[in-house]
Amino acid sequence: MSLIILIGALDQGLIFAVLSLGLFVAFRILDLPDLTVDGSFVTGLALCGMACLSGHYLIGLLLAFIGGGIAGVFTGILHTKLKIQAILAGILTMTALYSINLKIMKLKPSIIFYDKDTIFSFIEGKFMLAGLDISKTVLLAFIVIVITALLLYFLKTQLGLSLRATGDNEVMVRSSSINTDFTKILGFAICNALVGLSGGIYIEYTKQASYTVGVGMLVLSLASIIIGEAIFPHKSMLKHLVAVVIGSIIYRFFITFAFQLGLPSSDLKLFSALIVIIAISIPVFKTNYRKMRKKYARN
Amino acid sequence: MLEIRNLNVIFNQGEIEEKEAIKDLNLKVETGDFITIIGSNGAGKSTLFNAISGNIELTSGQILLEGKDITYMKDYKRSKVIGRLYQDPYSGTAPSMTIAENLGLSFSRGKKQGLQLAISKDDKKFFQEKLKKLNNGLDERMNTKVKLLSGGQRQSLTLLMSTIVTPKVLLLDEHTAALDPKTSIEIMNLTKEIIEENKITTLMITHNIEDALNYGNKTIVMNKGQIILILDEKQKAEMTIEDILKLYNQHLITVSDVNVLKE
Repeated sequence: MSLIILIGALDQGLIFAVLSLGLFVAFRILDLPDLTVDGSFVTGLALCGMACLSGHYLIGLLLAFIGGGIAGVFTGILHTKLKIQAILAGILTMTALYSINLKIMKLKPSIIFYDKDTIFSFIEGKFMLAGLDISKTVLLAFIVIVITALLLYFLKTQLGLSLRATGDNEVMVRSSSINTDFTKILGFAICNALVGLSGGIYIEYTKQASYTVGVGMLVLSLASIIIGEAIFPHKSMLKHLVAVVIGSIIYRFFITFAFQLGLPSSDLKLFSALIVIIAISIPVFKTNYRKMRKKYARN
Repeated sequence: MLEIRNLNVIFNQGEIEEKEAIKDLNLKVETGDFITIIGSNGAGKSTLFNAISGNIELTSGQILLEGKDITYMKDYKRSKVIGRLYQDPYSGTAPSMTIAENLGLSFSRGKKQGLQLAISKDDKKFFQEKLKKLNNGLDERMNTKVKLLSGGQRQSLTLLMSTIVTPKVLLLDEHTAALDPKTSIEIMNLTKEIIEENKITTLMITHNIEDALNYGNKTIVMNKGQIILILDEKQKAEMTIEDILKLYNQHLITVSDVNVLKE
């Protein structure tokens, strides 16, 4: 495999790390799997893409962040105020977003802007490795580090602490005079704001995308989180966040290897689902294996 | 300071399983009172607590705290001033957060949840001093996740958490019932110490008649959603466990209930 493909995989891993950090907030901290992400990723992508078309690549990222966040607030309200189950609330928002995203894209199925500037335009050619331009990778790594640091800081603030406790023991949080409806909505908002941002970065990187690219984003980010946790120790919050980022990159490498070995791109989703199933079942197999060894050691 | 007026709580009203949990209950709690509450299962003790802390909807009646009507105040808003401990030691703490983080969370109770770091260095020192008083080594384990603690350690931590910002009213719902006898005594002593030190107005439900008579300045006996007897400090001193059991029998509490009480 050539270096250029590896760098491409690393770049994608970093872009989707932002997505996975977002889902981490809903899935691991609040313990609520949020299906909104399949839709909010495209919302961010569409908002940012349209902004880029008119030359506003930075405002585009901001819009992507805010747009995703609003989608999250909507899911949060469905879940907390209307008492709709988290998964269903996410599916409802995601379905609604399908139409909204098309509207944002002015009813065109894809966005293409090869001739426009992006956040990557100005750094191109600044960092070289073995004759290859790795400037995009450097910028992406910087973005991921900043987001991880900000998220880590947030999770250690008073607000962050009440968010974490909400997923941990809701009764206790309410009896600490914290409105858990608010913390849940906030969690959904942060999750989808990061997911939207990830969508924005994605389109600035690829400069083209179709409105169906969001399908499977939840599975992809779940895979990243679970792979990260399976491979990397995650005792402290910092290590847990780093594990998510690393998991996201490793997942991308898996996919890239699979393509290199001849996996048809139509099988990508099947392969992704398989990886999640395997990653989730690793701890189960580990326990069973330990039990078996004990059993045979006794005999 | 805490006043309950004509409280009625009926579950499943209008249905076949309709149950009158609390019937025309009136109660006045004075500042500094430490009231113990006894009564058989289903007497309405926990329902009374749920009504005070806002976890259930009242059928009718009024609850006043320091003269202010809190009948329709949301539960999480009441918890600014009303602390509550449950029987289950796992219910009062966030298991995957550290001891310091748990304390940090309850220390910010009633304040606006902002974006400043939850635990400052001063906070940490303050927490450590408070933990030291628990005398069970938790002050050395501030960064340990709470899920690694024993039931007794957790309950002592919960007690500290719910009193670290002094509440106006503390509700103890059989908070030592799930602990072993030795730990139970330790937690009970600790409770008394904290309540006296901070002069916290307290209501305590217990199934242990001895505890009910030994602690506090008043004892309330409940049956079928009503208060059937209020004992003041002097009467408490004269009462024996046998007297209470006799009283239970007078009120036709079933034998099985009495056995539960004897345990």
